[in-house]
Amino acid sequence: MIRQFGWNEFLFLLEGARWTVVLSLLAFAVGGALGLAVALGRTSKWKPLRIFMATYIQIFQGTPLLVQLFFVYFGLPLLGFKVDVWVALTIGLSLHTSAFLGEIWRGSIQAVPDGQSEAARALGIGYRHRMVDVVLPQALRIGLPATISFLVNLIKGTALAALLGLTELTRSGQLMSNITFQPLQVYGAVALVYFFLCVPLTYCSARIERRLNAAR
Amino acid sequence: MNYTFDFAPVFAAWPTLLEGMIGTLRMSSLSMVFGLSLGIFFMMMRMSKLPTLRTIAIGYIELIRNTPILVQVFFVFFGMPAIGIRLSGEQAAILAMTLNCAAYAAEIVRGGVQSIRPGQIEAGRALGMHTADIYRFIVFRPAIRAVYPALCSQFILMMLNSSLVSSVSAEELTYFAQTLDAQTFRSFEIYFTLGVIYLLLSQFVSVALGIIGRVYFTYPAK
Repeated sequence: MIRQFGWNEFLFLLEGARWTVVLSLLAFAVGGALGLAVALGRTSKWKPLRIFMATYIQIFQGTPLLVQLFFVYFGLPLLGFKVDVWVALTIGLSLHTSAFLGEIWRGSIQAVPDGQSEAARALGIGYRHRMVDVVLPQALRIGLPATISFLVNLIKGTALAALLGLTELTRSGQLMSNITFQPLQVYGAVALVYFFLCVPLTYCSARIERRLNAAR
Repeated sequence: MNYTFDFAPVFAAWPTLLEGMIGTLRMSSLSMVFGLSLGIFFMMMRMSKLPTLRTIAIGYIELIRNTPILVQVFFVFFGMPAIGIRLSGEQAAILAMTLNCAAYAAEIVRGGVQSIRPGQIEAGRALGMHTADIYRFIVFRPAIRAVYPALCSQFILMMLNSSLVSSVSAEELTYFAQTLDAQTFRSFEIYFTLGVIYLLLSQFVSVALGIIGRVYFTYPAK
């Protein structure tokens, strides 16, 4: 007998959604830390570092995420690491995130008026404190809406993990669709789960952006 | 690390990769053209005076923008046959990408249209221009010009995203690369080359669209 797509089947999808959330948060945390380094490198005074970071960003923005993930998944074993699909995906998505967040935060850092860091320098505040106490808090405010929008993109991007065989939301959908033969309902339900994961973030981002624009 | 790199099987397969490149460009251009037209339609619904039309357009745009394109592709490819519409991989890919692109294009073009000041339209009316001419010359052309860079990056994004329609066996670049991988087992070399090809392709498209934009939007022309 063929199984019908009912409540228990939906719970199976939600179980997959848990991994979507975990993977997104992991990639966002690791990628965010790397992204800060990319943004600081991209705005540094040392030209070779700026060029290096610009190239890094260009590479990730100019190739498909899927190819980046394949590349990490098949590339790491060559370096002698035995990688699990989880590790490969976390590394791949983190690198992707770091490039995009790096570019977003570069823009925010440059959007902070020059007078701010000039004043800090005039007061004799060193690079570290100038960044941590003066520039970055203001840049964070400016970059917040775009950062949240990127998080939405990241959540959607984790769907590609399905193509590498990780049983997250989309892959659960594929499995469920194969069992129930009701692709329309299953993929509709999968889309809805993604929708309810992403919409609050999209709404938040739009709201913050409006408030920032109103303040100006 | 004792791995011998061997790019020879990858380079030997260049006709296949070229075919894939053409497939990628074909699918993404078609989806962009259809998507932009459908997007302008949704944009007009979104800005209409009727609340029902507005709600439908907002619902559609938000639904598409908050779900992964991979799920949309699966929904079209596996879901449509359930209601009696059988699509080939490529048709499903183009349909899904068109629907996806329409939502993004609608929002981008709306930004452009909103940047047109009402005084411009009033001036056009004062000069006795036709409504159709007002829309064509005063609203649409400057609006598209204002958002042309955003549309270009949307197109590039679409081209990169088209890599995942390989999963429904639409014959584009990534699909052929995966086939090649299955034949030669040179995974690393193949995906490295694939990355380089996409990088070059996106740089090339970016430059080409820039030139087209400069030619088409330089005005007042003639």
